[in-house]
Amino acid sequence: MAEVEIKNLSKSFDDLNVLDNISLKINEGENVVVFGRSGTGKSVLLKCIVRLMEPDAGEVLIEGEKVLTLSLKKLNELRKQIGFLFQSAALYDSMSVRENLEFPLIRNFNFLPSEREKKVKEVLEKVSLSDAINKMPAELSGGMKKRIGLARTIITEPKLILYDEPTTGLDPITSKEISQLIVELQKDLNTTSIIVTHDLICAKIIATHAVVLKDGKIRYEGNLDNLTSKDDPFLKDFFSSDIINEKYERN
Amino acid sequence: METKTNAPKELSITSKRLTDFFSTVTGLSLFSIEFFKNVFLPPYEFAEVRKHMDELGVKTLPIVSVTGFIIGLVLAMQSQPVMARFGAEAFLPGMVALSVVRELGPVITALIFAGRVSSGIGAELGSMRVTEQIDAMEVSAINPFKFLVVTRVLACTLMLPMLTVYVIFLAIFGGYLAIFLSQNINFVLYLHAVVRSVDFTDLIPGIVKTFFFGFIVGIVGAYKGYNTENGTVGVGQASTSSVVISSLLILLVDMVLVKITIFLWK
Repeated sequence: MAEVEIKNLSKSFDDLNVLDNISLKINEGENVVVFGRSGTGKSVLLKCIVRLMEPDAGEVLIEGEKVLTLSLKKLNELRKQIGFLFQSAALYDSMSVRENLEFPLIRNFNFLPSEREKKVKEVLEKVSLSDAINKMPAELSGGMKKRIGLARTIITEPKLILYDEPTTGLDPITSKEISQLIVELQKDLNTTSIIVTHDLICAKIIATHAVVLKDGKIRYEGNLDNLTSKDDPFLKDFFSSDIINEKYERN
Repeated sequence: METKTNAPKELSITSKRLTDFFSTVTGLSLFSIEFFKNVFLPPYEFAEVRKHMDELGVKTLPIVSVTGFIIGLVLAMQSQPVMARFGAEAFLPGMVALSVVRELGPVITALIFAGRVSSGIGAELGSMRVTEQIDAMEVSAINPFKFLVVTRVLACTLMLPMLTVYVIFLAIFGGYLAIFLSQNINFVLYLHAVVRSVDFTDLIPGIVKTFFFGFIVGIVGAYKGYNTENGTVGVGQASTSSVVISSLLILLVDMVLVKITIFLWK
């Protein structure tokens, strides 16, 4: 499991302050859901955590390691323990599903071919897509791509997983299935997760903790259930949907 | 009056173009330095290089075959009446061979290669960039530069000289066909005239410069693709500008290398 600490993180693009002095602590084993309107820097926050983007100021600590000042070698060692599910799943177009899944194993770990094969089959079974092993990404539907993306993320058994809108663009049933899958994986692998989403059902299923971003700052941090009881017009407006009041139990 | 109003706008467009030009030159130079830093470091992606040599090089064979053959054929057909006017028809095989070996073969092959391969690399890496596949590689602790850029640039650098040698042979054969049709010349006699007029001092510079051209094709395509912005529009721009920049650079570098060759071999 991994503990993540973000200290006074700021990032701007030209004149636009996307993240403005954000501080946040995520404890080991927590599933933190990050909400916010489009363009409020949720994905930027995730990318800054793994240093896919360099912030203008601030600090990110993962298991006490200062991510932003690590050498590339040490950063890559740390990245081997982190999984990142991209909004578009980001499957490698030129590789089959099997090759996509084997790719991080071949490059970063010394598994025997038989062990790799076993791992590939295991994760495909977890995402219920064993039949897709020899397909190319272009032959998969949006939901299947997300599942394979998830399988590729967990195949290295990371301690920290970052999800960038894991259910966006999916139908409600697939969306719910993926959310439940994330919870199952979190329990199986004992990971810490940060999930950026607009999907309240997904959040209800996954979240142990919620953060709301507005204008580059944290507007709310705490329990998901207390969100609607806040006397904040923005939060009331954002979470006005009745969905939040429905009962979706964590699996 | 109108000129006065448009002047600041035109100035700003010119200044933007100049800035773009210098930023491309700087970016391309730094990108090339990054290539040389990475190319000698392990892990060595031999399998990937071989795969790209096949995809980028071998699959270019049909188009360069047709081009090479036609260059030789047309060159001989066009030159024949002129040579005949000076009573120098006997030198026609040598003239065709020298033109093809020293200049036309390397440059035309490189330009065709740029049109097919540089744009392909630009578009492929560009779409990988905008669909976050390069980010996915980076976040998985895999060096995307080494895996995607170094392998492609190496494949281009190694394949273009081989393609050029092949094109030269085809062009010489095309030249023979044109001369045979008008003069009914014997093939052995033609080959003898070719071998007698082409020296190693003609062949070596012609082939050596294709290593530079291959590098240009690969590095420009990879640079434009790897740094693509603005979604699918950016992918299109990366593909187009890869061809334009690499073609221009090939001609510029050719000019410089010809000058150096003349200086060194005279």
